[in-house]
Amino acid sequence: MAEATFLDANELVINMGPQHPATHGVLRVKLKLDGEKVVGSECIIGYLHRGVEKIAENRTYAQFAPYVDRMDYVAAVTNGMGYCEAVEKLLGVQLPPRAQYTRMILAELQRIASHLLWLGTHALDLGAMTPVFYTFREREEILRIFENYCGARLTTHAFRIGGLQYDLYDNFENEVLKFCDYFLPKVDEYEALLTTNRIWLNRTKGVGVLTAEDAVALGSTGPVLRGSGIKWDVRKAQPYEAYDKVEFEVPTGERGDTYDRYLVRIQEMRQSVRIIRQGVKRIAPGPIMGKVGKVIKPPVAEVYHSIEAPKGELGYFVVSDGTTNPYRVRVRPPSFVNLQAFDKMVRGHLVADVVAIIGTIDIVLGEVDR
Amino acid sequence: MADESKVPPEGGSPEAPIKPPSAGSEPTTSAPKPAAPPGAGLAGETPALPGTAAPPKPEAAPIGGQRPPLQQGGAGIAPPKATAAAPPKPAPAKPVVKPDPWSSPLLEELEKRFPGATSDAVIFRNQPSVTVAKESLIAVCEFLKSDEGGAYTFLTDETAVDYPKREKRFEVIYHLYSFQRNDRLRLKVLAAEGERVPSVVGVWPAANWLEREVYDMFGVLYDNHPDLRRILLPDEWVGHPLRKDHDILRQDDAWVQANLHIPSGQ
Repeated sequence: MAEATFLDANELVINMGPQHPATHGVLRVKLKLDGEKVVGSECIIGYLHRGVEKIAENRTYAQFAPYVDRMDYVAAVTNGMGYCEAVEKLLGVQLPPRAQYTRMILAELQRIASHLLWLGTHALDLGAMTPVFYTFREREEILRIFENYCGARLTTHAFRIGGLQYDLYDNFENEVLKFCDYFLPKVDEYEALLTTNRIWLNRTKGVGVLTAEDAVALGSTGPVLRGSGIKWDVRKAQPYEAYDKVEFEVPTGERGDTYDRYLVRIQEMRQSVRIIRQGVKRIAPGPIMGKVGKVIKPPVAEVYHSIEAPKGELGYFVVSDGTTNPYRVRVRPPSFVNLQAFDKMVRGHLVADVVAIIGTIDIVLGEVDR
Repeated sequence: MADESKVPPEGGSPEAPIKPPSAGSEPTTSAPKPAAPPGAGLAGETPALPGTAAPPKPEAAPIGGQRPPLQQGGAGIAPPKATAAAPPKPAPAKPVVKPDPWSSPLLEELEKRFPGATSDAVIFRNQPSVTVAKESLIAVCEFLKSDEGGAYTFLTDETAVDYPKREKRFEVIYHLYSFQRNDRLRLKVLAAEGERVPSVVGVWPAANWLEREVYDMFGVLYDNHPDLRRILLPDEWVGHPLRKDHDILRQDDAWVQANLHIPSGQ
């Protein structure tokens, strides 16, 4: 791709982004076109790079926690949860059950919120304007629950290292259950709008196919991996929090195309509701903080901890030198690694399909660039 | 599109052998455990007594580029405030939390097949880690990817850590995952300034962008990488920001002036 120029016969190199609305932020894609067919692509990223990993080295463990919310800013709860768990693993802290269930419930609500945002914008990209209004209506309910819980809607900083800062507010359980009852029929509505819609089928079926072998080789995780038919989910494979105590299915696709990844995420929203209902049933009064000192000073060691964020495996590699600041924090962002598969998925498709493929990977540039 | 089980291509069932992830149940201490009062189990929990914090370990010495280095307090009972606690018996309630030596059939197999290539095999919080000689990295990776080597077909992450005071300042770190064994493994390769590390893109294509990022942030050079360019920073950026000696207060002013037309990045 690097050697492509305008002088190549019949081939045209065009830029898409970084200010294109369908690139979900500031992704710039260089497309090499033969007529309207994409014969090569190159993603140019970094426009939103803020040096989060460097910032971590100059903050204490607790001070760094709010920064992680700014990576995947549509799923801040899961980001914060992954970081807190990584530091807790380094410290060897065991969480009380109430904190575990609260985290799990909020993380699943966040997964639904993230998938709703993805569904609305993905459909909007492909010309279906209606779903975005409905999905944002439901997402608003979730954000309201977050706001009631911790005062923030997006960059929540909902958890603290060792547990929770706030206990659940009165009536949290009822509100969440009410949301679940309200939300499940809405998923059927989205499906009524899209799943058998002929335009939707034409735009998504067979577009952006990623085989299972390629998905594994390119390091894809989350719905991208599962859409290609591999039944793997960090929540099942290496459960954290209370995920080993609840029942849920891991939906998978078969063909690895945009349509299958759409179905996987729709199913995941239903499964999240299932997890939330079980979590609310089992949450019991009790302490919300584990045993953590006022100053967090982990032993000289390093741990890798990963969770299933809405977009895939979100990993934190934390190296401690025994001081109060992390020596190094590495974030393994799912969007960044999944975006690597873009070139494989886009080749041979039309320019109009590029927006479908960017949408189906479900990237957030704040996380890609960090 | 269905919920029914699909087996990964490697033929293993990723869900079957679930390891308990709870950190609390894992062995965390290697030092003999004196009857510790509850709550004093961790080195990090009682920050009020700096002198009794974990005594310096071999790793601790070269660490600490810009920050004050770890307390090098000899016997670990230096500060006058803490000396009241009987000098001959140092710190009764301070089991040192540190990585334990790792032994496993896989490691023995590695040592047998690649004599002298592996070192520093440790396990911490159930996470094994092994340092591999740069020369045999590709062979070791290919073996680990094969079925007999544990089918580590998935490269989760590749990154680096900078220890500027060591002779070989960069630790390039690979996190592997095996669907078949539902197991993670951490490999490390040491590299000095300007030394080239073999690229593992040929083994795991996922390493492509990850190695570009390591190059961008640390300046680690790779051999046989298909496209070794900066990925997050602009191509003309000077320096590698995640190095410990990269001063964050002195940004690349030349780049800022030329591109943003303002005097400085600050």
